[in-house]
Amino acid sequence: MPLFKFKTKRISTYLTAGLLTAALAPFAQAQTPEEKGLEIAKTRKATDRGWNNSEQDMKMILRNAQGNESVREMRSRALEITNDGDKGLTIFDKPRDVKGTAFLSFSHTLEPDDQWLYLPALKRVKRISSRNKSGPFMGSEFAYEDMSSFEVEKYDYKFLRDEACPVQPELTCYVVESNPKDKFSGYSKTIVWIDHKEYRMFKAEYYDKKKDLLKTLESSEYKLYLDKYWRAHKLSMVNHQTGKSTVLLTDNIRFNTGLTDKDFDKNTLKRIR
Amino acid sequence: MKLSFINAVLSRPIITILCCILIVAGLGYGTSYLTFRGDYKVFFGDNNPQLQGFEEMQKTFNKNDNVSIVIAPKNENVFTNETFELIFKITEDSWQTPYSTRVDSITNYQHTSAEEDDLLVEDILLDPADLSPAKLEYAKSVVLNEPMLVNRLIAPQGHVAMINITVQLPEKDKNQEVLDVVKHVRDMVDKYKAEYPDTDFHLAGIVMMNNGFIEEAQSDAQTLIPGMFLAIFIMLLLMLRSFTGMFATIIVIITSIVATLGGAGLAGFYISTPTVNVPVMVMTLAVADCVHIIASMHYYLRKGLSKNAAITEAVNTNITPVFITSATTAIGFLTFNFSDVPPLRDLGNMVAWGVMLAFVLAITLLPALLKLLPARAIKQTDNSNFMERFAEVVIEKRTPILIGSTLLIVAVIALVPQNKVNDVPIEYFDESITFRQDSDFMDQHLMGVSTIDIEISSGEENGINKPKFIKQLDDFSLWLREQDRIDHVFTLSDTFKRLNKSMHGDDQAYYRLPEDNELAAQYLLMYEMSLPYGLDLNNQLNIDKSAVRLTLAMDNVGSDEILAMEQKVLGWFKDNAPELTVRGASPALMFGHIGDRNMSSMLIGTTVATILISGLLIVALRSLKLGTISLLPNLLPAGLGFGFWALYSGNINLGLSVVTSMSLGIVVDDTVHFLAKYKLAREAGKTAEDAVRYAFSRVGRALWITTLVLATGFMVLAQSAFALNGNMGLLTAVIIVLALIVDFLFLPAFLILTDKKQYPVKESAHAAIQVQN
Repeated sequence: MPLFKFKTKRISTYLTAGLLTAALAPFAQAQTPEEKGLEIAKTRKATDRGWNNSEQDMKMILRNAQGNESVREMRSRALEITNDGDKGLTIFDKPRDVKGTAFLSFSHTLEPDDQWLYLPALKRVKRISSRNKSGPFMGSEFAYEDMSSFEVEKYDYKFLRDEACPVQPELTCYVVESNPKDKFSGYSKTIVWIDHKEYRMFKAEYYDKKKDLLKTLESSEYKLYLDKYWRAHKLSMVNHQTGKSTVLLTDNIRFNTGLTDKDFDKNTLKRIR
Repeated sequence: MKLSFINAVLSRPIITILCCILIVAGLGYGTSYLTFRGDYKVFFGDNNPQLQGFEEMQKTFNKNDNVSIVIAPKNENVFTNETFELIFKITEDSWQTPYSTRVDSITNYQHTSAEEDDLLVEDILLDPADLSPAKLEYAKSVVLNEPMLVNRLIAPQGHVAMINITVQLPEKDKNQEVLDVVKHVRDMVDKYKAEYPDTDFHLAGIVMMNNGFIEEAQSDAQTLIPGMFLAIFIMLLLMLRSFTGMFATIIVIITSIVATLGGAGLAGFYISTPTVNVPVMVMTLAVADCVHIIASMHYYLRKGLSKNAAITEAVNTNITPVFITSATTAIGFLTFNFSDVPPLRDLGNMVAWGVMLAFVLAITLLPALLKLLPARAIKQTDNSNFMERFAEVVIEKRTPILIGSTLLIVAVIALVPQNKVNDVPIEYFDESITFRQDSDFMDQHLMGVSTIDIEISSGEENGINKPKFIKQLDDFSLWLREQDRIDHVFTLSDTFKRLNKSMHGDDQAYYRLPEDNELAAQYLLMYEMSLPYGLDLNNQLNIDKSAVRLTLAMDNVGSDEILAMEQKVLGWFKDNAPELTVRGASPALMFGHIGDRNMSSMLIGTTVATILISGLLIVALRSLKLGTISLLPNLLPAGLGFGFWALYSGNINLGLSVVTSMSLGIVVDDTVHFLAKYKLAREAGKTAEDAVRYAFSRVGRALWITTLVLATGFMVLAQSAFALNGNMGLLTAVIIVLALIVDFLFLPAFLILTDKKQYPVKESAHAAIQVQN
């Protein structure tokens, strides 16, 4: 599953962006917040193109309001798909009783995502209803929809303002509101902070259906890969309503490991190690 | 010294009044610091082990404060298009409730089914447009066969359904949060009431209970305090028949209340449902002080004294007894500090402070006001003769009176053990209150509101997926369901069975526990990944899956049965699964435990009150013998009162636990007055008979008046629909009346028949009697 791919536009992208900005300058006045929000989303997606495939190790640390902790470990693989959403595969290592369980997802830009789960104890692959993406992932504060690949078409956007970035206040961030188009989303809206230069998401606020702040995500420890792609190594999600939180640590990120479409096939999930 | 103080007060009445007003106004400023706390948790100290256990469990799993919307269509069938659609709409709308994190109903129940080889997890009704007769029939068959739902979200006969809204209150402004939730839910329900006139709606749950505490406190404040003013007005009209006296008394009462509450505010007290009636109690006790002084003033005016002299003499003769009665009352209230319930401690401290304030104002502000206001001698209706005739009857029939009353006392007191400690929060609300009716309705048709959350911990990470643990959980759940009074058991073992079935093509033969650790874990993972926002298992599982929370709902039973159930549960685990760690928690358990524990501590408190007050009496009467004798008329009324209570109700709640201490401090006044006069007469050389005559003639009328005032005040309190306050008021009023009966019948008979020894005659006593006559 591709988790949070934010990467920089290097020289060519800067040039393109510069030219675009120059060309669009005369029309800047006419741009509505919705148009600007969409533009930011498109650029964000565009800056994260061309990575092909990647693998990474992940560790989730769950905390409840009482201060107890619990750890989940997994590996994830991602395949970039042009003209549709990306494909992702997550293999659970810990807890031991779910070791080998594999979660396969095909993001789509327009239709609901496809999700399957391979259960080694049952030796079966089961489809998960596409509507259900808003519940907790592995009991954590992350929902599937927080972790699935970012696709421009899934939301409506509205640019709100510019302000200093969270985590790194020396940078300036676009603050953009996105409203999910899917009625089965668990959220009424999300507000994201994306820095001007590299289009990295530093923070996201998730609002529940009654429009109250539900969770806040902070991304940090960004590293640059292949001189082009920024990846956050630490994601902290805090649930303001229950006092629970989850930290998601990513490690050992590798690109172009030779993954192909065949590695993301529900019929071969049984052989996944 | 007394006289110089009185002269100082009276010689410059304006200054006295200004000083009083200034001090009262200064204290009164403190009322702006008073806040109100209506939540049920005020009844538990921060160190209360049950509260701590409950809070820990709430933090480990999620909080489960809730509002239950119970829906009862008049045609007694939930499975009609109209009602099913109504439940769907309310379920959807309920997500808009402030602080809501979860909404459960039969329409959004996450039903699992096999679809070809896949597991389908989805709402029973996703879209009302899908509602065909076949779909409705299917929904009915699923819902009425699901142990998670039957008796909880749907009645087994299908005539009543419930929508449960779980809220996570941030607890920053507890009252406002509760009020916000309740307002939203009520508005929503009102909207649907108009739309669906053939359906009844009822609101229950913890949030509604908290709201009940707030509303009953408001209702008490709005009805009892004005009611008390009215009662005082009528009493003063009857007893004093003087506008001046009435006016002065009311000023003293108002200033006492303002100063009491202001001082409480400055000292950092908050108001809660029990303490909202502090003004009523302080008013009651302040009136008694004033009435004594004003009645004496009229007495001396009639005797022909000048106004100034009459006031001086009235204050002079009353200052000591009024001080002693105020002090004993305050001591009684101060022993509330032995209670384990913070608002009862507050009640005791605030009233004790108020009583002493009222005393000070009654000997300063009151005489100063009387001095400034016009006063004339009021013609007395002659019932002092009545007291004297009454004394003759008692003296003449002393033996039958003593024997008869002793037998009666023994018989009534023998009933006391029939009472049992019972603290069920629902029962604090009178049946006239909608919240109580709604809760009773829910209890009758679905499940009771007395729940116990049980945390069962395997002691190891992911231990809840182990077949042995699941089996133990299932055995326990099945055992629970066989117990009496259990309405519903919400348990993860049902989920495991259902998942196993759905994972095997909905084959009923697989409706059993998964037998393999990995299988169970992976079923659960699969299920969790399939659940939508707000309907997850985090309210049943802790994060490392080492423990589950099971919830059992009982009929609305007494707290002893709830405590017994907790013990039975712990006993089951001790016998059948000793390796598991188990603990129970819930508001119902918290109230059950506090009721018991508080009763034990208040028994100590009452003992201390008895010792202190008796000690004070021995000092005040300067007689060990009379002080010891006074124990009888002081303690008997409470014994009689609780005997009466066994017949009247038999349930002792937190409010009643303090009644003995409180009434002891109050009824002791009668004894003090009576015995003081009795002793004076004896020391003047009179016989016991004559001394009783003398006591009756001197204080009989005053005791009538005090009893009338106090009993009326506490009867006003008894009108509260909130049982902690109402029962406390009623029983106290009963005890006050019983105390007068004991003092007028049993005590004189007892004195005449037992106190035969000659007293050493004192010249001063002789002189005092002559002067007063």
